[in-house]
Amino acid sequence: MAKTLFEKIWDRHVVATLPDGMALLYIDRHLVHEVTSPQAFEGLRLSGRTVRRPALTFATMDHNVPTDDRTIIRDPISKAQMEALQKNCAEFGITLYGLDSDRQGIVHIIGPELGLTLPGTTVVCGDSHTSTHGAFGVLAFGIGTSEVEHVLATQCLLQKRPQTCKVEFTGRPVPPVSAKDLILKLIGTIGTAGGTGYVFEYCGEAIRALSMEARMTICNMSIEAGARAGLIAPDETTFQYLADGKRPFAPQGRAFEKAVAFWKTLPSDADATFDRTIRINATDVAPQVTWGTNPGMVVDVTGRVPAPDEVAGYSRQDVEHALQYMGLQPGTRMTDITIDVVFIGSCTNARIEDLRIVANTLKGRKVHPKVRVLIVPGSQSVRQQAEAEGLDRTFREAGCEWRHAGCSMCLGMNPDQLQSGERCASTSNRNFEGRQGKGGRTHLVSPEMAAATAIAGHFVDIRSWKP
Amino acid sequence: MTPFTTHRGLIATLDRANVDTDQIIPKQFLKLIGRTGFGEHLFQDWRYLPDGKPNPDFALNAERFKGASIVVTRNNFGCGSSREHAVWALQQYGFHVVIAPWVMRGATRVPAFADIFKTNASKNALLTVELAAAEVEEIFQMVGRTPRLAATVDLDKQRVVLHLDEELAFHFEMDPAVKERLTRGLDDIGITLKHEQAISAFEARHDPQLFATPS
Repeated sequence: MAKTLFEKIWDRHVVATLPDGMALLYIDRHLVHEVTSPQAFEGLRLSGRTVRRPALTFATMDHNVPTDDRTIIRDPISKAQMEALQKNCAEFGITLYGLDSDRQGIVHIIGPELGLTLPGTTVVCGDSHTSTHGAFGVLAFGIGTSEVEHVLATQCLLQKRPQTCKVEFTGRPVPPVSAKDLILKLIGTIGTAGGTGYVFEYCGEAIRALSMEARMTICNMSIEAGARAGLIAPDETTFQYLADGKRPFAPQGRAFEKAVAFWKTLPSDADATFDRTIRINATDVAPQVTWGTNPGMVVDVTGRVPAPDEVAGYSRQDVEHALQYMGLQPGTRMTDITIDVVFIGSCTNARIEDLRIVANTLKGRKVHPKVRVLIVPGSQSVRQQAEAEGLDRTFREAGCEWRHAGCSMCLGMNPDQLQSGERCASTSNRNFEGRQGKGGRTHLVSPEMAAATAIAGHFVDIRSWKP
Repeated sequence: MTPFTTHRGLIATLDRANVDTDQIIPKQFLKLIGRTGFGEHLFQDWRYLPDGKPNPDFALNAERFKGASIVVTRNNFGCGSSREHAVWALQQYGFHVVIAPWVMRGATRVPAFADIFKTNASKNALLTVELAAAEVEEIFQMVGRTPRLAATVDLDKQRVVLHLDEELAFHFEMDPAVKERLTRGLDDIGITLKHEQAISAFEARHDPQLFATPS
């Protein structure tokens, strides 16, 4: 029978089907960070259980970590949480990429870097952006702390089989329109709950043409459309990424050839059927900017802030709340909105290609005098690579702050936060109220849009903008 | 897990769609390493004014909702972050049941609750009840009109009954597997560990590392 990519992965991980229809699904990789794991480890201790396969579990610290001076953690509660992870990893025999590691970084950035994310496998993490790993043809999804404990204890999860949805991007985006614009366009089209209950498979010419890093940007924000997972079939781009020799956990040599032969069997069969199909013409997509308080509240950069009664999928009241929080008037041109802060970072857009794009725009220029720019690499490896290429010099000379790796101002669990009323152009994934700091106002954009905004001081249409 | 069978309590309404888990429990409270202490920070940024006093404009602060244990809200509740702390906060505040509507968007039925939130709720016996939009609207109207309106939520019968002069009942759908776990208060890890033999047999034939020997 013809199968989709998702079905092939699902079927090879079903350990048992329970009488009530739930599947016991085997988990190949379990990624752990400091915020959603302490109660799970405590649960193990209280019930006298242990970690079934510590060698399949990998931990890092990302949410709480300071990105300026990593030697001092001023917040004692953050410090305690990070120390708890260290203690738990030591007690249960789990590999930890802590602050002392040159491979530490945001969990969804270091997984692929280390070669932990391999096509055809299952990856989970107590973090909704686990969908990122789907870019490799991995069934990867976020879980809560109870499920973290379940995976630690059993290396399995009890799951109900989700429905499948094919998301096809036809045509190719016209540069500088990027992966970030494609995914924001999708979310704007179907809404933030449009994918709830589904696993996406992204396909089409536009997806094939994307680099691995750009594919990760797309899959990362699947959860912002409500889909717990979003997959892309592995191809030569995927194999090349994994073959680069710097990924210690990827198969090497003969094993790699065997793996590639297996990976080539994974793409959806030509006659496989999906429960639902969505098509988006990538050629028509313009640079996107959010105006509201969820990622579905988004328009083309050439657009205007909408009026309360003209937004499909949102009630008048939803829009009024959002506009009030964002301090925006209907009818305002997006390009007339001025910005106080630019944040370049997060598991969505803090990989080396993102930083190269930003550096390319900033090179030889100065950021707007009223704008503060924070550039936070997704991992220490990205930071080292950027410095080897001299990007850090470009950033500093332009007037940006160049930081160490972490989640940083994406959610402001560390000291990197917006002040109340500050308006931010952010390459992150969520523009929820207070996400980047209480009272802070977030506009989600691509890295190139963020860099151009940093120079201009307001949003610009990067297709026609001349600095 | 404590079983969930029936619950009778006061209804509160929260008239917001797409309530994300960042609102339910803001990030600064995710630093705690225990499972308690979240209730007082539920909806922190909406609930309190900058000076720390309760915000009189926030629905759940209304006098008539004091002691409510059932909250009725709008579509896509619990979207965003996977933080289970959101469920713990709702429970520790005093909620046992969250009711929200599924809606139609084009030809697609959009579920009432975000996936991860719904799973997290089921692991903690916080009952998520999904009704049609018109039914939820009716409950909003009734609560608006009837001070201190109570309801009984019966999981076995899959029914919500509003205790009006003339009782008003709504049937809800429920995944049988989830229902079984909730009504019997089953421990998922315990269930899985009963399949130890199947897991070991699976592990004997499955290579999670895909031929790789870590260097």
